[in-house]
Amino acid sequence: MRPILLQGHERSLTQIKFNVEGDLLFSASKDHVINVWYTHNGERLGTYDGHNGTVWTIDVDSQSRYLVSGSADNTMRLWSVQTGKCLYRWEFPTAVKRVSFSDDDEQIVCITEQRMGHQGAIRVFNINREEGTSQSKEPLAFFNPIGSKAVVCAFSCVPNLIITGHESGKVALFDYKTGDEVQSNERAHSDVVTDLQLSDDRSYFVTSSKDKCARIHDTRSLMVIKTFTTETPLNSAALAPNKPYVLLGGGQDAMSVTTTSLRQGKFETRFWHKIFEEEVGRVKGHFGPVNTIAISPRGDCYASGGEDGFVRVHHFDETYFRAKPYGDLEIEE
Amino acid sequence: MAPNGTTQNGIDEDIDYSDLEEKYQVQFDEGFDNVVVVDGVPVIDPSKAEKLLARISKEFSKKGAPVKPDDMFIPWDEQTGKSKGFIFVEFKNADDAAYAISAVHGHPFDSKHRFSLNRFTDIERYANLDETYVDPEPEPFVQKEHLRAFLADPQGRDQYLTYRGDEVEIHWHGKPSQSEVAYKRTNWTDLYASWSPLGTYLASLHRPGVRLWGGPSWSGVQRFAHPLVRLIDFSPNENYLATWSHDPIVVPEGAQQGPQYFSPEDEGNNIAVWDIKTGNLLRTFPSAYPEGEDGAKKQQMQWPALKWSPDDKYVARVTPAQQISVYELPGMGLVDKKSIKIEGVVDFEWCPLGDKDKEEDLKIATGKSNKKPRENMLAYWTPEVANQPARVTLLQFPSRAILRQKNLFNVSECKLYWQNQGDFLCVKVDRHTKTKKSIFCNLEIFMVREKDYPVEVVELKDTVTDFSWEPKGERFAIVSTSDPNYGNPAPGITIKTDVSFYGLERSKGNFKLLRTLPGRTSNTIRWSPKGRHVVLGTVGSTSKSELEFWDLDFNNDDISKREVHKDESGNGIQHLGTGDHYAVTDVEWDPSGRYLATSASAWRHTIENGYAIWDFRGQEIEKQILDRFKQLLWRPRPPTLLTKEQQRQIRRNLKEYSRQFDEEDAAEESNISAELIAQRKRLVDEWNAWRLRCKEEMGPERVRGPAAKLEQEDEDKEEIEVWVDEVIEQIEEEVAE
Repeated sequence: MRPILLQGHERSLTQIKFNVEGDLLFSASKDHVINVWYTHNGERLGTYDGHNGTVWTIDVDSQSRYLVSGSADNTMRLWSVQTGKCLYRWEFPTAVKRVSFSDDDEQIVCITEQRMGHQGAIRVFNINREEGTSQSKEPLAFFNPIGSKAVVCAFSCVPNLIITGHESGKVALFDYKTGDEVQSNERAHSDVVTDLQLSDDRSYFVTSSKDKCARIHDTRSLMVIKTFTTETPLNSAALAPNKPYVLLGGGQDAMSVTTTSLRQGKFETRFWHKIFEEEVGRVKGHFGPVNTIAISPRGDCYASGGEDGFVRVHHFDETYFRAKPYGDLEIEE
Repeated sequence: MAPNGTTQNGIDEDIDYSDLEEKYQVQFDEGFDNVVVVDGVPVIDPSKAEKLLARISKEFSKKGAPVKPDDMFIPWDEQTGKSKGFIFVEFKNADDAAYAISAVHGHPFDSKHRFSLNRFTDIERYANLDETYVDPEPEPFVQKEHLRAFLADPQGRDQYLTYRGDEVEIHWHGKPSQSEVAYKRTNWTDLYASWSPLGTYLASLHRPGVRLWGGPSWSGVQRFAHPLVRLIDFSPNENYLATWSHDPIVVPEGAQQGPQYFSPEDEGNNIAVWDIKTGNLLRTFPSAYPEGEDGAKKQQMQWPALKWSPDDKYVARVTPAQQISVYELPGMGLVDKKSIKIEGVVDFEWCPLGDKDKEEDLKIATGKSNKKPRENMLAYWTPEVANQPARVTLLQFPSRAILRQKNLFNVSECKLYWQNQGDFLCVKVDRHTKTKKSIFCNLEIFMVREKDYPVEVVELKDTVTDFSWEPKGERFAIVSTSDPNYGNPAPGITIKTDVSFYGLERSKGNFKLLRTLPGRTSNTIRWSPKGRHVVLGTVGSTSKSELEFWDLDFNNDDISKREVHKDESGNGIQHLGTGDHYAVTDVEWDPSGRYLATSASAWRHTIENGYAIWDFRGQEIEKQILDRFKQLLWRPRPPTLLTKEQQRQIRRNLKEYSRQFDEEDAAEESNISAELIAQRKRLVDEWNAWRLRCKEEMGPERVRGPAAKLEQEDEDKEEIEVWVDEVIEQIEEEVAE
């Protein structure tokens, strides 16, 4: 499995995303630029320029028409994937830490940072899909989650409900219509939740945390289904489609990297068996912590973005699809 | 003021102050705490009263409790007109009274009279005591658990303890299927845990003191109240325990009293000795710090500060440069009421008891042998002072006869290493050249079992950093180095070392180099407790962490003959395997000598904490990387109860046994894989059931996500291939033939 090294960023990666077909890979970084790449050869297709701060988060809709991004310049922008033009920008009092499209691409949820006297807020916007440049400035819903601040979020499979991951390690469900916390699991993690990725049908999701664990939760009950315990703080977790694997990435904190050797850093991407909770393999390569992992929705390749500024795209070998390390077991998606 | 007062009084009359008065009423002395009853005073006529009181006053003053004759009161018997033979004395306050009681009580007034003092308040209490005798309720007998029940494990497994975070776990260690957690408890200990030397007790350290645990249910067996205890040390036969705390003992007012608690005399001491069975405190000591150099060079306290004789008969401590004090157990009295005065003494070690010695002792104790019981032996050394050479001495105790003395020159440091059977004593002598610039090493080996204690010298050019005897063997291993970096530790530098094995040549009676392994980084030697196998480890380094497994009798397959043919040539030294445990801090053999545990403890660093278990060939059996992992300890086993004959029998029939075990292993293996497959099947079934439930709950429209839809679209799509030929340019070229 020879990776393609994408060297288009000057600073560490914050989030990478595949489009639904898996032919395009979007990457956001602290160098203010969003790049889009062809996955099959690693050629850069273009950039989305305009942000004046770290781009913390991106998401692409299921038709690959619109891209939304959130940045430390206190704006959230909507881009045309095809032309690279910025269609609309929303301004907020603080940085945008997380954005996510809804299932039907009609809505966006975003989290703004708790800073400078402003509370952390979650906003939901309706997207005018017909005319990309004319969007409503005002959010459809706006609320401030009480308690520990929210750091990651996504639409759930239940209408009106948003899943959030919090700094305290809490995972919760909010009804955005009312702003009420519908369901919560205070002890989902014991440290900040770093990533939250949903299964294809949004009925379960995986979270990673600095507490060195990743967990699969049931979306409706927030019950912990599986736990994957590693020996390093985790920054990202992704669910492999069609295969019973979970991909975990992390490593020593960025600030202590310079004082630890490569070996101690544990900058590998780990493959864990989703059901048996056993580690099945590791992929080395990054020389800094892995910040973000994404898997193509078709399940034929995955990419990891690191603190080292590189994105590594791995196309799975034939053996990955053929291998049945645990024998013939029918596992439901 | 008077008129004012009256008017106020007039107002006051209406108000009820009684509650306030009650609250703020001045608490007068109850008045009797400072009164003492002095009994044993001569019976006198009133005429002599003044004289007597003056005399008593004088006696009291002599004892440091002055009292005026006016403060004494003599009760008179009205019928006889004489005194009643006791007087009341009033002191200024209760403290003075208490002091007087302690000072004057039992004081002989004259040949016939002796004072006995009591508090006045006590008299009343004693007088009212119920005189009828009540039988104390006999406590019902509770069968105690067998403290060594773990030895009765049908599979003969060993136990080990792990301490991680706040959780202490006791594990069984056997074949993979037999390895399981036997017991676990959170916050079992506050500092660390420790086994007793024979594995009977588990000690945990807490703020209030030490607790011992044991038996299959791990109930508390004993407790020792030594607040802020930091270090503990068991006696070899688990009869006594020494504890140390950095903070001197303080006995607060109203502290619990009794044989198990500190009394005011113990205040200020740091070391305490306890009887394990009763829990009683035997004696306390102050910590002995090397004198004279505290300011410039604060030397670390040596622990164990008290050294037990191998038979638990004595415990000794050294006062550096002055003496060795030996106390008998359990009385803790100084033997012969005097210490062994040795000018300049630095360190000493008791000679351990060999298996044979123990058998002998047992015979004498049971009356089967009428030999004279052997005496204990200890070795100590004194450094060079002025014109006197350094000296190593073997001393018999309690007869205090010097058995052997050897003078040494140019000595900078000595270390005493007894072989665990007490057959040999190796003194590792660090010597310096005349210029004191370089250091080299001599090994002075005392043959303790031979007549006149001959000394064999092994001279080495390098510095020896570690020395270790083969248990029950006649071989030893050393780690030596000539690395210039030795002695100036710098981060990232691993000292290059050589490891050498030496063995005793029986015919010549000297120690011969068997083999040297040059260019290693190993700094730790760990012999298997049964001898023969040895592990060389690089411990505490950040870059290297190699473990080398060696067999010293590789050619001797037949274990039954091993006893007879000891390989003296070193040909049998064979490398078995190499392992690597990153950032290892501790290396420990299990008591059977079959497995080795290595651990990386969070007490030393926070990188990849956890532990690994290896077999003696260097095959990794288990590895656990656990956050906040602190400690792994094998549970020691007491010596075997099988007789020599029985052991020989087993060794002879080893083939028979091993066939049986092989069969068990094979059956087990197939069992495990079946179990594992079943377990996986169960997990998959659970997962599938959950997924199915999810899908039902969500309804049909939500079942397919975007990616799944995509796939469907793929299937629905009709593939149309269109070939487009686009002519960009047409050039006709004429080619000349």
